[in-house]
Amino acid sequence: MSAAAPVRPTAAPRPRRRRRAPTLLRLAGRAFRYRGLMGAAAFSLAASGVLVLIGPRIVGIAIDTGLAIDDEQGVARGTVTSVGIACVFLLAAAVVRGASMFGQTYLGERISQSVAYDLRNEIYDRLQRLSFAYHDQAQIGDVMSRATQDVEGVRFFVSMGLLRSAYVAVLLAVAAALMLTTNVRLALVALAFVPLVAAQSILVSMRLRLVWLHVQQLQGLLGVVLQENLSGQRVVKAFARERHEQGKFDAVAKELYDESFRTSKIQAFNEPALLSLWLVSLAVVFWVGGQEILSDRLTEGQLIEFLLYLTLLQVPVRSVGFIVMMASRARSAGERIFEIIDAQSPVTERPGARALRAGPGEVRFEQVSFHYEELPPGVAPALLRPGGATRPRPAGGRPVLREIDIVARPGEIVALLGPTGSGKSSIVNLIPRFYDVSEGRVTIDGEDVRELTLDSLREAIGIVQQDLFLFAATIRENIAYGRPEATDEEVRAAARAAHIHDFIEGLPDGYDTWVGERGATLSGGQRQRVAIARTLLLDPRVLVLDDSTSSVDMRTEFEIQEALQELMRNRTTFVIAQRLRTVRQADQILVLNEGEIVQRGRHEQLLAEGGFYRQIYDLELRAQEEAALPDAGAGNGASAGAANGSGTAAPGGRQQASEPR
Amino acid sequence: MAYWGGGGAAGWSGDWMRGGRSGRTDGWDYEELGKVYDPSVLKRLWPYIASLRWQALVALSGMLVYSATSYVQPFIMGIAVERLADTALTLTERREAVTVAGLLLVALAVISWFAQWAQRLLTGYIGQQLLFRLRRELFAHLNKLSLSFYDRQEVGRVMSRATSDVVVMQELMTSGFLNVLADLFGLALIVFFLFALDPMLAVVSLSVIPVLLVLMAIWQRHAAQAFIRVRQAIAVVNSSINENVSGVRVVQSLGREEHNLDEFNRLNERNRDLNLRAGKLQAAVMPLVELLSAVATALVLVVIAMRVFGGSMEPAHALGHATAFTLYIQRFFNPVRDIVLQYTQLQRAMAGAHRVFEVLDTEPEIVDAPDAVDLPDVEGRVDFQGVGFEYVEGVPVLEDFELHVEPGETIAFVGHTGAGKTTVTALVSRSYDVRKGSITIDGVDLRRIRRESLRRRMAVVLQEPFLFSGTVADNIRYGRLDASEEEIRRAAEAVGAAPFIERLPEGYETELHERGQNLSVGQRQLIAFARAVVAEPRILVLDEATANVDTQTERTIQQALQVLLAGRTSFVIAHRLSTIRHADRIVVMDEGEIAEIGSHEELLERGGVYADLYRMTYERHAGDVDEDGVDDEEGDRALAERSSDWGLGAAVLGGGGS
Repeated sequence: MSAAAPVRPTAAPRPRRRRRAPTLLRLAGRAFRYRGLMGAAAFSLAASGVLVLIGPRIVGIAIDTGLAIDDEQGVARGTVTSVGIACVFLLAAAVVRGASMFGQTYLGERISQSVAYDLRNEIYDRLQRLSFAYHDQAQIGDVMSRATQDVEGVRFFVSMGLLRSAYVAVLLAVAAALMLTTNVRLALVALAFVPLVAAQSILVSMRLRLVWLHVQQLQGLLGVVLQENLSGQRVVKAFARERHEQGKFDAVAKELYDESFRTSKIQAFNEPALLSLWLVSLAVVFWVGGQEILSDRLTEGQLIEFLLYLTLLQVPVRSVGFIVMMASRARSAGERIFEIIDAQSPVTERPGARALRAGPGEVRFEQVSFHYEELPPGVAPALLRPGGATRPRPAGGRPVLREIDIVARPGEIVALLGPTGSGKSSIVNLIPRFYDVSEGRVTIDGEDVRELTLDSLREAIGIVQQDLFLFAATIRENIAYGRPEATDEEVRAAARAAHIHDFIEGLPDGYDTWVGERGATLSGGQRQRVAIARTLLLDPRVLVLDDSTSSVDMRTEFEIQEALQELMRNRTTFVIAQRLRTVRQADQILVLNEGEIVQRGRHEQLLAEGGFYRQIYDLELRAQEEAALPDAGAGNGASAGAANGSGTAAPGGRQQASEPR
Repeated sequence: MAYWGGGGAAGWSGDWMRGGRSGRTDGWDYEELGKVYDPSVLKRLWPYIASLRWQALVALSGMLVYSATSYVQPFIMGIAVERLADTALTLTERREAVTVAGLLLVALAVISWFAQWAQRLLTGYIGQQLLFRLRRELFAHLNKLSLSFYDRQEVGRVMSRATSDVVVMQELMTSGFLNVLADLFGLALIVFFLFALDPMLAVVSLSVIPVLLVLMAIWQRHAAQAFIRVRQAIAVVNSSINENVSGVRVVQSLGREEHNLDEFNRLNERNRDLNLRAGKLQAAVMPLVELLSAVATALVLVVIAMRVFGGSMEPAHALGHATAFTLYIQRFFNPVRDIVLQYTQLQRAMAGAHRVFEVLDTEPEIVDAPDAVDLPDVEGRVDFQGVGFEYVEGVPVLEDFELHVEPGETIAFVGHTGAGKTTVTALVSRSYDVRKGSITIDGVDLRRIRRESLRRRMAVVLQEPFLFSGTVADNIRYGRLDASEEEIRRAAEAVGAAPFIERLPEGYETELHERGQNLSVGQRQLIAFARAVVAEPRILVLDEATANVDTQTERTIQQALQVLLAGRTSFVIAHRLSTIRHADRIVVMDEGEIAEIGSHEELLERGGVYADLYRMTYERHAGDVDEDGVDDEEGDRALAERSSDWGLGAAVLGGGGS
């Protein structure tokens, strides 16, 4: 594809704003992926619903046939055998019912766990494939709460809501049928209480849900205050702010107390009310039933049956409110989950993308402009941080890069220089396609990066970031992170080249030392060298690195420099430069300001040219030489450098300085 | 429903509610089961219970009344059915019996409502009161504890004690104890009524209880383990998600997506399978209970039938008994099951309470002496006299340390890691107490000064600036709570923080994210400086930050430091050459002793350690800028080794210009 006809490969997978099914239906759909299990669950719940209610009927029959009194003779009508037979049925029913109840509970668990399992996998995979644009906006705490609490909410809904509501429905239907066929009048009296209790239960649950949400927020807030207090204990003590802190904490704790007690009050009044309503219904049924018996329309056994039905129905009917609450929680949880799963990455492989062919590693930027999306599709406004982002980000639409042209020949070192926000990171992020260009194109060995498979592209590019992330794993695994199949020997070789081998060998567990969270803590310099080893192992043809290091001691500084030299050898390197040494070594320096290349060339050439580079040099780089002069006098390096900064003085000073050697 | 209440959400999952990045998800909050009955814990708990004894008594009586009403009900029904079926009675009498029973049942329902209402209301009150008090007490205590406590303890671990353990403990004292009591009382009532009705039938129907107990005990042992494994498995899954999201940039740049998904799949699968195993156990409880209750019902019915047809029981009597017994049998399994389920809960609660008391019983090491005095206006003379200190017994960090600092002097400490720089500054701010000798301020021993008044005169700026959530102004005001807006502004201007603060969306009223994540490191440092300026300390302790900042900010920080140090007695752990040069005296520390002391020029002239170090750095830089570079590598290496890891790095002596 030629530069003259820039096609935007990203246009194809733009978000299809097609209407999705309602969240609860989508969630139910996920449960129905397990058709076999759902079928079995439906069968067992229907079976247990029927069998649960058959128990009382058998008891009723047993009493009526065995013990009921013949009015004329005043003696029981049945025999021991008839009672015995009824009891055998009773036991048989209990066994079958036990089995079906087990099946129902277990299958419910199995389906809900499977749904949760699928959701977690999908969320995990979606998250790791969403481009940087998404992760710039998303807050990790929020994402985690979706992946954990919301998934749990959905799981609860599937097992407790979806299946349980079906069970309650079956139970109610069967009970109604049984009661109605026994005695219509008494059945109507008994069933009259069902909607009453259910409605009340729903009302209370919904009211409680709101209060609980608030309680949870307050708990979160209390956690923040506590965590800050503990982590900032040194500051608290330094300023003797214990009382102030206690005040902050007490205020939140008091509010939490008030709100929690409010839920207690609501529950304390309403739940006994529900129970009492049920007790009253028992009394009424008993009374009406008694009249019916006296009118010979009902037997004693049937009355007991009714009472048992009501006892059995009590809990399920009262749980209707709970089910409704589950569903309403699952709906909001589901929405938040689907926001992640439905999110479209602006960076996607186009259909028929090719693998990058072997090549020397020439990188070109052709008339590249770039601006951040207003809002990456699929990122809900809730995901946006209030106020500024971590890095101040220009409003969407304002170009971050404007018409950038770069030709980096194989093996060259390209140094990027400029103030924060000038577009240095954006340039290097476009090469591995962490973002897509807005206009123009980026090529590697002549191929537009958007035409390539992401794997092959990113394999060809090694990145050593400033923010070094180590995974909770052994050092070996961290070094081999990009190539898990690397042999021990290769890992060692990479570590040696990165000047970290000796250090690792010195650790008690050597390469098997656990690092990252809960592991040994490595210093900034050590982490950096592990990251360099990790990149060396990949043997990329293009390298992106940030050469800044936090203040480390001289030995470490030296080791890092050596490791970086090793890393850059024979690779096309883009370096966000902080060090004079790197800048002097660069084949071309690109000076950026507000998204444009304002100067380019080699160090000496640019120094002579003056301009913006000269300013940066005086402010930032020159200090690295100036400060080294023992008799630079009072005043700090940077300001001294800025103060006497005429053109050629610095290189001269440097040469003098090196003479005593 | 507990899932929605305070209990379920307050554990680690509550962390995520904060929406911050601090939540830790790994399984470090290890599961621990304590003894079911721990007398020492109960003894410690007693005062809390005693302080709420009236409420507890009312709650208890409400519970007893409620239990009684619900268990009396089958008894009444049984008698009513008996009379109803009694052909010896007249129709009116039988009708009356039913009506009386109906009215009694309604009355019971009302009584039960009130009793339960009272019980639940007061239980809620007691529980929330306890929680509130325990939290406050813990928080206050945590603030009293010395820094040495925080050196030893992970924040996360302490967090979990103050959040989840407290909740578990509250549950133990309310629902735990009360439920078990209610269940026991209910069982006793049932047994009483059964025996009152018919001792023999009572024995028959209760005969299945031992079987249930044995089965539940076996079940409980398996289930406790299974549930612990489930909790650990989900913690591992969550921490894996967390890590992948945190490290997503590395994951994508190394193309690890497939591999990671495979790994995650394995963890996810394991979690599912463990859950299913626990699920199987859970699903087994109800069928078991049902089966046993059917057995008991059948037994009772058969025995009744045998007695009726054997002639030893009146048929009407039999009907009444059949009613009462079947209804009771349905009820008495629940309390038994609940008690068994509470067992594990009690174990966890005891362990939780034990951990909470462990914190509460930790004595703060630094407390005000009874005769401590307020520090009047301070000149700022600080004297170390023969100071000795050790973090770990037998491993002295400082020995016979002598240093006399004049008011307004700036002392810069340099030396490699572990030389004792941090210790000296920590002792000045009395984060720890000296073990030997003394430190005095204007001649008054630190240990005789009330801590609060000491800290009014002294500000500490940490290497990692710590900001609280709240506005920028709130954070600056932290230095002096009664500072006016004008004073806050002036402080910000003095340290050069004003320009960037005013550029923030809401200026001084901009809300900071957790720990100021929306500011750069340099900006956070400047706010910490402003905070110290607002405090107007006479003595300043400053640990210079080493993090990377951009050039502009670096210059601002250097200027701000001059403002901060001017006119105050200052102790600085210095990393910047500019700061070191500006110091009145430089203290070069080595292994807890002062190797050299003097101004920059004096020390250079003396040609000792400092001069060596300085020269090496200089030469190193000369090598750095050498054009040919290559020949020097050997020399560089040798120099680098010699300078080893002095706190002064190359970049540092380079004016921090990186």
